[in-house]
Amino acid sequence: MIGFNMTKILVKRELASYFTTPLAYVFIVIFLMLNGVFTFFLGHLYERGQADLLPFFNFHPWLYLFLVPAISMRLWAEERKSGSIELLLTLPIRLGEAVLGKFLAAWLFTGVALLLTFPIWITVNYLGDPDNGVILASYLGSWLMAGGFLAIGSCLSATTSNQVIAFIITVVTCFLFIVMGFPMVLDWLTSWAPLPIIDAVASLSFMTHYQSIAKGVVDLRDILFYLTMIVSWLVATAIVIDIKKAN
Amino acid sequence: MIRIKNLSKQFDQFLAVNNLSFDVHPGEVLGFLGPNGAGKSTTMKMITGFLTPTQGTVELYDKDILTDGLAAKQMIGYLPEGAPCYGDMTVAEFLSFIAEVRGFSGKEIPAKVQTVVEKLQLGKVLNRPVETLSKGFKRRVGLAQAIIHDPKILVLDEPTDGLDPNQKHQVRSLIQNLSKDKIVIISTHILEEVAAVCTRAVIIANGKLLADGTPESLEARSRYFNAVTVELEEPANAYQRLNEIMTVAEVERLNESGTHLTVIPKPGETILHAVSEMINAEGWKLKQLYVERGRLDEVFRTVTEEAA
Repeated sequence: MIGFNMTKILVKRELASYFTTPLAYVFIVIFLMLNGVFTFFLGHLYERGQADLLPFFNFHPWLYLFLVPAISMRLWAEERKSGSIELLLTLPIRLGEAVLGKFLAAWLFTGVALLLTFPIWITVNYLGDPDNGVILASYLGSWLMAGGFLAIGSCLSATTSNQVIAFIITVVTCFLFIVMGFPMVLDWLTSWAPLPIIDAVASLSFMTHYQSIAKGVVDLRDILFYLTMIVSWLVATAIVIDIKKAN
Repeated sequence: MIRIKNLSKQFDQFLAVNNLSFDVHPGEVLGFLGPNGAGKSTTMKMITGFLTPTQGTVELYDKDILTDGLAAKQMIGYLPEGAPCYGDMTVAEFLSFIAEVRGFSGKEIPAKVQTVVEKLQLGKVLNRPVETLSKGFKRRVGLAQAIIHDPKILVLDEPTDGLDPNQKHQVRSLIQNLSKDKIVIISTHILEEVAAVCTRAVIIANGKLLADGTPESLEARSRYFNAVTVELEEPANAYQRLNEIMTVAEVERLNESGTHLTVIPKPGETILHAVSEMINAEGWKLKQLYVERGRLDEVFRTVTEEAA
């Protein structure tokens, strides 16, 4: 059972701490800059001559691959390092509330960063007549994917008190979840694995589910996929914390 | 009251706490003594619900810390070892956060913060991030968060560690002035602290309970209990003569010339009378004479070294 009120207090505290340190500003500035670079220089938004944001959203998985672990690495590793985890978990707070509160704060924060990319949206609307429904769906998909990465990072951050280690293993794990649906991985699997396993691996790919949402097809299954991912990794976070509290 | 039954904690191969059982009643200030690594902090972590015991139970006013953790945790104020805080928050933000988690809302929050800020004299640093504070201030911020909700049970892991003598005194009087129906558990290895604030002391080593009693009763275990220390004007044959008293176990020389002596009685004997009679009879000129209370540090060493 998770109390709404307590979770809210924790989200508030976490969010405040993002903005009292330079972390929030550095993250947002770099996120926006890289988005600009990728969209205009690598994605050739202007040269394509199409009023959509595909080049913008296509790069998000790769941007998140490095930026999301930079946020998630501190979620629990820092608490463990400073010892404040002992303070937090002896307050009248349920473990679930602590896990959810920290995750939600990080997720809301990436949401804010994502919303701040609105000038790109204004640009395409000024230049042409894009399908804003598709863009909205893409934003939703992108945010859900960020949530999935954050939940993975939350769990891995709970396994260590070293933020650098948390960052690296999160990047690697997230990378695996991105490339799972890629033909090269699946081709390699077909050579030896039975079909159900190949299907299972392919269906776990963040990329596949993201791309279908980004095309404007908001399938409930894709949304459920991300939500299930988030919930599972958060449950895993709670389990890891409970087991590893002593060290 | 706190009821601890058969409490044990095993870390891999290492038994940190070994079958501890004791009760703590309202009004008691329990001093938790032991060498480093004795299991003091581990026990406190189990009492406050941070660690799960390998065996045994902890009940706080009939609420089991494992099965009824939330209700139990509401009654506790806890200062963990090293007084960890959220370093990037200011003192005011941090204390407001704790007050909010403790269930206060609206105007109660600044009022509660104000009260503990006054009690621990944090007014000057209210708007500074906790991580920029000195060790003494950090410790006091930790204490402030522990007492903000006026808890029935206060668990303090080395509350005066890193404080200067004035601050130590302040924290001790704070603990003494807490209302008399509270349970306070303090871990420390500063023995003077036990005599100063505790109504009861427990010595543990290697995870086992070795002694349990009032500080006075522990002092009485010392071989220095009721010993008489005398300082004479000039060296005499005092060392030999005092040794001849029937009830004396031993005489210790405190200086080379033998004018400063501690006369240790046989267990259970009092020797003040015999010593003063001898001084009079021999006509020694006395500079000072006092009766020892017994030395906690000596009891501590004897008890914990026996166990090692």
